[in-house]
Amino acid sequence: MGTTQSGIHRGRLTPAEYETNFSDLHPRLDDHEALVAADRCYFCHDAPCMTACPTSIDIPLFIRQISTGNPVGSAKTIFDQNILGGMCARVCPTETLCEQACVRNTAEHRPVEIGRLQRYATDVAITENQHFYERAARTGKAIAVVGAGPAGLACAHRLAVEGHDVVIFEAREKAGGLNEYGIATYKAVDDFAQREVDYVLAIGGIEVKNGLKLGRDFTLADLTANFDAVFLGMGLGGVNALGAEGENLPGVYDAVDFIAELRQAADKATVPVGRRVVVIGGGMTAIDAAVQAKLLGAEEVTICYRRGKEHMNASPFEQDLAASKGVMIRHWLRPKRVIARDGQVAGIEMEYTELQDGRLAGTGETGVLTADQIFKAIGQTFEAAGLGALALSGNRIAIDSEGRTSVANVWAGGDCVKAGEDLTVTSVAQGRDAADSINRMLAAGAQPASAVA
Amino acid sequence: MADLRNNFVGIKSPNPFWLASAPPTDKAYNVERAFKAGWGGVVWKTLGEEGPPVVNVNGPRYGAIWGADRRLLGLNNIELITDRDLYTNLREMKQVKMNWPDRALIASIMVPCEEESWKAILPLVEETGADGIELNFGCPHGMSERGMGAAVGQVPEYIEMVVRWCKQYTRMPVITKLTPNITDIRKPARAAKSGGTDAVSLINTINSIVSVDLDNFAPNPTVGGKGTHGGYCGPAVKPIALNMVAEIARDPETYGLPISGIGGVTTWRDAAEFLVLGAGNVQVCTAAMTYGFKIVQEMITGLSSWMDAKGHRTLDDICGRAVPNVTDWQYLNLNYIAKAHIDQDACIKCGRCHIACEDTSHQAITQFVDGVRHFEVMEDECVGCNLCVNVCPVENCITMVGLEPGTLDQRTGKTVDPNYANWTTHPNNPMARQAAE
Repeated sequence: MGTTQSGIHRGRLTPAEYETNFSDLHPRLDDHEALVAADRCYFCHDAPCMTACPTSIDIPLFIRQISTGNPVGSAKTIFDQNILGGMCARVCPTETLCEQACVRNTAEHRPVEIGRLQRYATDVAITENQHFYERAARTGKAIAVVGAGPAGLACAHRLAVEGHDVVIFEAREKAGGLNEYGIATYKAVDDFAQREVDYVLAIGGIEVKNGLKLGRDFTLADLTANFDAVFLGMGLGGVNALGAEGENLPGVYDAVDFIAELRQAADKATVPVGRRVVVIGGGMTAIDAAVQAKLLGAEEVTICYRRGKEHMNASPFEQDLAASKGVMIRHWLRPKRVIARDGQVAGIEMEYTELQDGRLAGTGETGVLTADQIFKAIGQTFEAAGLGALALSGNRIAIDSEGRTSVANVWAGGDCVKAGEDLTVTSVAQGRDAADSINRMLAAGAQPASAVA
Repeated sequence: MADLRNNFVGIKSPNPFWLASAPPTDKAYNVERAFKAGWGGVVWKTLGEEGPPVVNVNGPRYGAIWGADRRLLGLNNIELITDRDLYTNLREMKQVKMNWPDRALIASIMVPCEEESWKAILPLVEETGADGIELNFGCPHGMSERGMGAAVGQVPEYIEMVVRWCKQYTRMPVITKLTPNITDIRKPARAAKSGGTDAVSLINTINSIVSVDLDNFAPNPTVGGKGTHGGYCGPAVKPIALNMVAEIARDPETYGLPISGIGGVTTWRDAAEFLVLGAGNVQVCTAAMTYGFKIVQEMITGLSSWMDAKGHRTLDDICGRAVPNVTDWQYLNLNYIAKAHIDQDACIKCGRCHIACEDTSHQAITQFVDGVRHFEVMEDECVGCNLCVNVCPVENCITMVGLEPGTLDQRTGKTVDPNYANWTTHPNNPMARQAAE
């Protein structure tokens, strides 16, 4: 039986409710649905959707291939540009990327379902274990990749195709990065992240070494000394602090840890959640944490964001999703003090905010939200460790347009670089493009590049 | 309200929508349902001569092609004439006609090309009270291998001969159904007229292989591993049918010969197009086989609404109205100049007009203007071909605008001549006739 008792508890729902709540948010289209959806594509010339895709997938072509009964060919069109096209189909904010650019919006305010079609095609290929790439003859060159997330995997795959040998150093137990640890459970069910990793690694020539963390177990200098090139794609390791009194009290959690724990839990009933939950933040992480807290059986979940709706990083689609699950989103509130009772979180005092001359400021008016669990989701930070003299910019790694860092033979991409949009698809694009740059360098036997002074 | 009552060679029906001779009119059960749904008439599925009926294949009889969202565009069939006993059909026809005296009931007939065969069957049909007969000279498969159907329709002399027998042995009006599987449709129409036919109906189905099974390397529909050509019908054949109807309607030798228009009629608009091109009524099959008999209600109300909106009171007001405007290419006005115009408010920026023009035509539509995605016709390149209009997914977004006489055609640098001038007098035509002094 479920429970609504106060405090942080596991097993708030019945097994059937957990099953329903954490099932696929958007199940794969069946063959008929895919044909109907594909029929709506106009096969635009120089298509706006394609331009809007950070990995420049030839969307009109892959949709036409679906409509002509060639989902496997369609998948190749996708993977040619984005080897993680399966996960991107699940987690991309398509409503602000390809689907926002779809001309059908102008025509009838309803875009072609590009994301779901991409999932259809990639699912067919992965399920049928269709592989499209073979390694070129071995070059004898070895490249180190730090981080087995989207950027690192995309980079490693492209390098392996070219015949290079790749070693990925991954700090966590599993490969996949945020695909494995940072995506809401209902967006990638059935262990898809690991299946996709297996699919990518099937190219061969890529060795993943888990449990090795840059700055703790090795340094960048170790890698540059032993490899022909290095790609850094370790993402963001730290979490921003609330800057509010009492944030270390029991009951205050990092949202990213909560999301990771939930993803790794085989039985969601083992993951405890509060009765009244407050999530501080306005991005996708805040939404993912809030929605899942609700799905775990929290009675009341409130997101507090310090600015207005229009400033939220979470897309309108994500905000609507949260609302549809019963999450309350409140704006213009910032945390002031976590309130404890008996050494446990009992509430949080929030201060109203406003813009004063374009700057955010507290109004001095406060109020208290009752809470037995608080999630911090106010952004992650790059933790520089073991990087030596590598140049940073805006607290992340500085790169040029090809992904080259300030250190010779070292490239970087994904969330750990400045210029990233912190999207899976952007990370894939950066990893892929860095691989192309590395390959050009190796192929030309050129002088090591050092673009950022 | 427009008056849709139809009088076709003396056969009266409450509207001009008849069901063509085909599976929907094979037996009383279907025809009763059709009349209840509102069809003005039916041409009963083709009767054969007395004796053991023909047999059909017992595997698939139809194949199709589809457009977006699996909308059926073309249907192909290898069915034969009725496979029911002649007297069963005759008995049912008589009963149905008694039940529905205000509806047209026509008997389609196909018997061997011998005078005795026709002489034998005609009195039997006449006895049912049928309003007329339609001679099936069109069926392109199966029956044609036995010297009937299209095998007759492709030989004008045979058409004339059989029509003459029918006119001799029955008082019923004779409608001669023509096959399109012939080079010049005017020849069989003229032959039918010479034989004394009261009307022609067209088109019958077109020889076709609708698709091929790529797993078994056999045409569809595949019957036990083999396929054969079938008869093609449905929306896809309408343009062919319209042209053939117009050819007969404007041929001086057959001018005025009543025509029952057949071929892909799916909506009221299709029907209206046949009527204005010279048909006195229309026959429908595939639309009913796709959507059921109820579809006639859309056709009736649609035609009526259009006629009301345009002030046409009766079918006579519209029949043949477009015939004078069908001409030969050589008489088209070469001084008429039009340019495409893109309505920027309606444009959704798909770019198909641009790429169609750029890759395959006249390089007359921009893709970018001042670095912004923007599709606009360059009048100095546009020849007015209309391709962009046809590929644009938005209705009325691109239109052709005729240039006023006296304005400048930016492509040629000449002003538009107000006078009519065609190829027959064009200076580039080596066969050009000298203008009269």
